[in-house]
Amino acid sequence: MKRRDFLKSAGALAASTALTAPAVFSPAKAQSRAETLLIVSEGGPNNIDIHGVGTNVPGYEVAWNCYSRLISHEMKKLPNGVEYYDKDKFKPELAEDMKTGDMSATFKLRKDAAFHDGTKITAKDVKWSLDRAVSVGGFPTFQMRAGSLEKPEQFVVVDDHTIRVDFLRKDRLTIPDLAVVVPVVMHSELIKKNADEKDPWGLNFTKQTIAGGGPYNVAKWTPGTEVIFERNENYKLGPLPKTKRIVWRIVPSAGNRRALLERGDADISYELPNKDFVELKDAGKLNIVSTPFSNGIQYLGMNVTKPPFDNLKVRQAVAYAVPYQKIMDAVLYGLGGKTFGAAANKPTEVAWPQAHKYNSDIAKAKKLMAEAGFENGFETTLSFDLNFAGVNEPTCVLIQESLAQIGIRTTINKVPGANWRTELNKKVMPLYVNVFSGWLDYPEYFFIWCYHGKNSIFNTMSYQSKQMDGMIDAAGAAASTGNQAEYEKNVKGFVDLAFADIPRIPLYQPYSNVAMQKNVSGYQYWFHRRLDYRNLAKG
Amino acid sequence: MLLRMSRRLGITLFSIAAVIVITFALTRLLPGDTAAYFAGPAATEQAIQEVRVKLGLDQPKLVQFVRYVGDLSRGDFGQSLTTGQPVIRDISSRLPASAELTLAGLIVSILIAVPLGVLAAVKEGSAIDHFSRVIATAGVSLPVFFTGLLLAYFFYFVLGWAPAPLGRLDIIYSPPPHVTGFYLIDSLIARDMEVFRAAAKQLVLPAATLAIFSLAPITRMTRASMLAVLSSDFVRTARASGLSTRKVILTYAFRNALLPVITTLGMVFSFLLGANVLVEKVFAWPGIGSYAVEALIASDFAPVQGFVLVMAIMYVLLNLMIDLLYGVIDPRVRMAA
Repeated sequence: MKRRDFLKSAGALAASTALTAPAVFSPAKAQSRAETLLIVSEGGPNNIDIHGVGTNVPGYEVAWNCYSRLISHEMKKLPNGVEYYDKDKFKPELAEDMKTGDMSATFKLRKDAAFHDGTKITAKDVKWSLDRAVSVGGFPTFQMRAGSLEKPEQFVVVDDHTIRVDFLRKDRLTIPDLAVVVPVVMHSELIKKNADEKDPWGLNFTKQTIAGGGPYNVAKWTPGTEVIFERNENYKLGPLPKTKRIVWRIVPSAGNRRALLERGDADISYELPNKDFVELKDAGKLNIVSTPFSNGIQYLGMNVTKPPFDNLKVRQAVAYAVPYQKIMDAVLYGLGGKTFGAAANKPTEVAWPQAHKYNSDIAKAKKLMAEAGFENGFETTLSFDLNFAGVNEPTCVLIQESLAQIGIRTTINKVPGANWRTELNKKVMPLYVNVFSGWLDYPEYFFIWCYHGKNSIFNTMSYQSKQMDGMIDAAGAAASTGNQAEYEKNVKGFVDLAFADIPRIPLYQPYSNVAMQKNVSGYQYWFHRRLDYRNLAKG
Repeated sequence: MLLRMSRRLGITLFSIAAVIVITFALTRLLPGDTAAYFAGPAATEQAIQEVRVKLGLDQPKLVQFVRYVGDLSRGDFGQSLTTGQPVIRDISSRLPASAELTLAGLIVSILIAVPLGVLAAVKEGSAIDHFSRVIATAGVSLPVFFTGLLLAYFFYFVLGWAPAPLGRLDIIYSPPPHVTGFYLIDSLIARDMEVFRAAAKQLVLPAATLAIFSLAPITRMTRASMLAVLSSDFVRTARASGLSTRKVILTYAFRNALLPVITTLGMVFSFLLGANVLVEKVFAWPGIGSYAVEALIASDFAPVQGFVLVMAIMYVLLNLMIDLLYGVIDPRVRMAA
């Protein structure tokens, strides 16, 4: 067989291949191909339970599409026609009605909602699932806590179809936090049957089995190779999903992902290099959608606890030395949001991200270095995460070149992806490039993680400022009581302070790039940046 | 013979024990914190600590090692954190994929390299000899990922003859019922010619890539060993006795030249099996090499240990098999034992 095939291709017997083709594609297979959507991406899930230990980001996509939540977001249309989730408008999903009181919210469940196996979904399942999310520890518990959802006692079963969520404190992030990927509703009886004393929440079972009632179900999952989804034909929580079968293949080579798209064999791909996206966009054969990460920023961080970056003038000098526009052009090929060079008289907005007023100005940077007492510069290391080497490496090289002009001699330190989080946690890297984006799109949410003196892992600069903490806390408090004036004052205040003290220099707002065939419709941008399959359709 | 075998097995067991200790130690020495990696992108110090306890990584190394060996003795290679599956299941599903690809590549390579090597030796200095030298040098100097991408570019992207580089089967087919894990064999057992053709088509380009790479050692070894044999006394005698060239070359010279070739084949096979990571990456082949690399990147110890262990065992078995083959091919080896 091998030999024959080899001779076939070598001998240019294209005609014979074409002749035999009809025999290979039986009509049934051709039919199934038309009803199948093929997604290709670089990496696949390691766990299909969002509550699992170490579930990776591709795993979020499976959990998003195969489980349902109490509530979700409405969509809105961006000026460029892209469907975008509306962070302020919630719509019922499993709940048909939501009543928010002063210190609690009550959800009435749909009576026709069922899990994939047909069992009806009751308030008991909702409570068990929310209890699980706040109890298993690790990432899900942490995410729930971000919305002040901390204790099982907060979730009260009123009757079979009513559940009440009690608030621990007033927090405007509580309701949005019920619409993220984590608070899924699971089939409690099924999971309990497969749990034991060592694993009371049945994590080993749900790791590979979907126990939910979402729009899709996993028909087959081969780790590292593919995930096959079948539509839930009895889906009642919204319109029936448009595509019957979705195949998600893992194709590690970026070049081949592009070839698959261009030949029309793959329907959707993301995680392609920026250069490919731009070229594909220019070629015009495919539909390319670039959407800014909501609440996300790629930045250059400095450790402010140690010299020389404890010196404000040095930090400002670096901010004036960064080649912002070059990074936009040469690294991102324009696929990024501008966060620099705002006009000097531009008022601060109540928004995040927004542009700061630094621009590339080497003369000014040199002057600041001299004022700081570093006429002769200094040596330091510039670190980045190899997992995102595609953008990080050229960005760092450009920064290295520019910093050399003001006397800062940097050695580039490439940190393996597995090690990056550890290094961040140690908080000893003097200078580094990193990215952060928050699921909940509120300025104070970003600032709590990245600038607050609580010193979370994402306050990578170890930045401490009583004034900053005060304004972040005050903004959160004002938001939960609906005091808009107070809220706006504090948001503007902490943004101004972050730019004045400049412990981290925003470089740009990254874009989420998705390429699809022209006949594919229904793409929606979600805060988690993964695909929502419900509306995807072909033809 | 038996004595030699048992002595060999003893050494084998010792090397496997050493591999267990070394891999355990090495994976622990790697930089990177498994717990931090798996706590996810939004983890606090406390969340990371929770994951660490859950994974047993907070225990002293010795305790971890004892537990590891205990698990191994029960056939439990641990859990992969990246795929979420037991390592033994991952390996048993991925090893056949790699083995099928490697064997296919090796067979193509042998079919081309051995005759080429023999011809090159018989007609030393002729055009065919130079041709074989060029082919071998070119094959070995082109990195496999480059050859792979090039083949995929021409035969898939430009010409459209080859199927999409999407792994072992096109998305419209489901794999044949599992018997051996080799799709070609399993589809024949299931009498499903459609799947057989589909699987064979997917195999062509990656197998050709591997074949091109492994042409060099096999051709060169065949040629060298044929040259040595052809200049030996018994071949001269055979020729002097008036035996036909065909008989001299194939029956007398070639059989004697086979020993070093077989040794090389064993080496090439085990080398390809581990080193076809790049081919697997290019063709999205769900093989064992890419599995180990992905695990290594994620600081996921169990699969790396499992991979090294399985590879060590395969090496040992392969060498054992080759030793036995020597006996079949060359009676002198049997006698000496």
